[in-house]
Amino acid sequence: MDLILPAGNLPSLKAAVEHGASAVYIGFRDDTNARHFGGLNFTGSQAARGIAHAHDRGVRVLAAVNTYAQADGWSRWTHAVDRAADLGVDALILADIGLMDYARERHPDLRLHLSVQGSATSAEAIAFYHRRFGIRRAVLPRVLSLAQIRRVARASPVEIEVFGFGSLCVMVEGRCLLSSYVTGRSPNTFGACSPADAVRWKETPEGRESRLNGVLIDRYGPQEHAGYPTLCKGRFHACDRDYYALEEPASLNTLDLLPQLDAAGVQAIKIEGRQRSPAYVALVARVWRDALDAHANEGQGFKVRPQWAQALSTLSEGAQTTFGAYERSWQ
Amino acid sequence: MTPAMSISHRPRLSLGPVSYYWPASALRDFYRRIADTAVDVVYLGETVCAKRRSFNVDDWLEIAAALEGIGKEVVLSSLTLIEAASEIGGVERLCANSRFAVEANDMAAVELLARRDGGIPFVAGASLNIYNPRTLAVLASQGMSRWLPPVEMHRDLVAAMIDAVPPGVETEVFAYGRLPLAWSARCFTARAHDLPKDQCGFRCLDDPDGLLMTTREGRPFLVANGVQTQSALTHNLLAEVPDMISLGIDVLRISPQSRRVWDVIDAFDRMRDGQLPVDAARTTLDGLMPSGPCNGYWYGDAGMTPPVLDDAHL
Repeated sequence: MDLILPAGNLPSLKAAVEHGASAVYIGFRDDTNARHFGGLNFTGSQAARGIAHAHDRGVRVLAAVNTYAQADGWSRWTHAVDRAADLGVDALILADIGLMDYARERHPDLRLHLSVQGSATSAEAIAFYHRRFGIRRAVLPRVLSLAQIRRVARASPVEIEVFGFGSLCVMVEGRCLLSSYVTGRSPNTFGACSPADAVRWKETPEGRESRLNGVLIDRYGPQEHAGYPTLCKGRFHACDRDYYALEEPASLNTLDLLPQLDAAGVQAIKIEGRQRSPAYVALVARVWRDALDAHANEGQGFKVRPQWAQALSTLSEGAQTTFGAYERSWQ
Repeated sequence: MTPAMSISHRPRLSLGPVSYYWPASALRDFYRRIADTAVDVVYLGETVCAKRRSFNVDDWLEIAAALEGIGKEVVLSSLTLIEAASEIGGVERLCANSRFAVEANDMAAVELLARRDGGIPFVAGASLNIYNPRTLAVLASQGMSRWLPPVEMHRDLVAAMIDAVPPGVETEVFAYGRLPLAWSARCFTARAHDLPKDQCGFRCLDDPDGLLMTTREGRPFLVANGVQTQSALTHNLLAEVPDMISLGIDVLRISPQSRRVWDVIDAFDRMRDGQLPVDAARTTLDGLMPSGPCNGYWYGDAGMTPPVLDDAHL
C-alpha cells in the first residue's frame, strides 16, 4: 500500500520524503485547496523545489486543487491546474466536475485523483468520474465501514485511497456547510473550516469560552483541555444535557485496521494534516512506514507495536483517538 | 425595486422532499393537503435515512400518481448519502423507474441515469456541488434538465450561473426551509438519545421538524435530523421573490415542515403574482418558523445571518 503524506511547506515535504512517504500532497497559497490557512502552502517556486527534491528521491508529488471553483474566480482554479501540470506533479487531486473537465481537456496525460471533497461513497459515483474524465484513483470520505470500503473497492474501476490518521471530519467531506452557515466561509468555497479570524477566546466567570463568529462553541472548566473551536467538535445542548453533540475532539487512527484495509483492496493510506508541523509529519511518517513495512513482511502475524500507538497518541486532538466510521456505534 | 415591477416571468413553486421522519398517516394527510395548494412541482421520497420506512416504493408511487393525476409535476428524489449495499440498490430501483423524473442527490444517481438508455433527464440536487458554468455544461451533457445551486451560493453568483445555463436547463432555488447543512455516517438523533445507530428506536419520529440543538447559552443553533444536520433557523427568501424573478429563476423550492406549510406555499404564490407587498412578506411567516428566520446566504453573508429589516439590502 502507498503511504500518502501531507506537506504544508517545504520542511514538511522534506520530512515526509525522508521518513517514508510513497507520495506527498501539497497545495498552492490560495483558496484553490482545502487547507487555505495563513502562512501555509506553496508558491510556484517552492513547489518546484519540493517536486525536484521528492522526485530525486523517488517520491511522487500530488497537487490538491480540491475546493470548488467559484463562478467569479474560475481562472484562479484553472491557473492552479495549469501550474501544477507545468511543474510536473504526478497527479492532480480534484473535486470539482468543471475543473476536472478542464484538466482532462488541457492536460490529457495528467493523472487525476478524485478528492475526498468529491463525496463519492459508492463504486457507481466513482464510475461517473472514471467514465467521464478517466480518473485513476478515488479518495473515500471518512464515513464508510470496512465492509462498505471492501464493497466499493471491489466494484470500483479505479484505485481506492482512504484516510488512516489525523483530524477527523465527522461529516461527509464536500457536503458540509456548517462553517459557511456560521462564518460565510466553507471548505467548499474557501478551503477552510471554522476559519481562525472568526475565532474569539474569552475568560468568563463560567470558564474559558470559545466562539466562532459570536456563536458559543464551547466553555471549558479550569481542568479541561481547550481545543481549537472546530464547530463540529463543540459542546451543544439537546435532550436536557450539554455534550459533544456531533463529535468528540478526537483524531482518527486506523493503525489497528491496517491488515483489514489491505485485505479490502485499499491501495493507499492518506495521512491528514497539511497544517501540522514538520516534526509531526516526520513522526507520523516514521510510524506508518514502519507499520506498512512490518505488515508487508509479517502478513498474518502483523501486530501493532505499543510504541507506534504511543507515539501517535501524543499527536492526537485531545489525546484521544477513534476509529471514526469504523466504530460499530456509527453503523 | 418597486412592488409594481412588471412580472414578465412567473416562477413555478416546488415542494421539496419531506426531510424528516413522519408516520405514514401524517405523510398521507400531508400530501392530501398539498394536492389543494398552488405548488406546481412535488419532490417525493426519502433523501436522508434509508432506515425510515413509513412508505415503501409502492406507497410513494401511489402518491406520485395521485399528484400527477391532478396536474402536479412529480419528481422522485434520491438518497443523499449512500453507504450500504441496500442503499445503492434503492437508488438503482429509483433510477430504473420509467414513469417519473428523478432528482439526483448523489453522483451515483447521475451515473445510473446517464447510463440508462443513453441517458434520461434528471434534476441535479443542491448536494451535487455545482459551483461554476463548466460543471453545469458537463452535467447538462449527461442529461441534467434542472439544477439547484448549493444552498450557500449567494445571489450574484446565482445570477452569473443563470447567464451561463445551457439551453433547456432550468434553475431552481431553495427558497424556504431549515437548511440542509451536512450529512454523516453518524446518526445525531440516536447520539442525542445515547443510542447506537443500529438500535436507534426510530427516535426521529419524535421530532417532526428535527431535534433542536442550542448553544450552551440557549441560542437555537442546529437541528439533528438523523444523519443530516440542518440549520435551526429557517432560510426564508419570501421577501426576495421579486429579486429572484428578476434573475429569471424558474422554480422556487419550499422545504416541508410540520407547521402549516400550505400557508407558506400560499404566501409564495401571492408573492410571485405581486399580490403581497415586500414589507408584509418580511413578517407574514414569522409564526411558522420554529426558531426564526435567516437569509444570510442569499446576500453573501454567513448563512445564519437574520434578515435585515430595513431596506439596507435593496
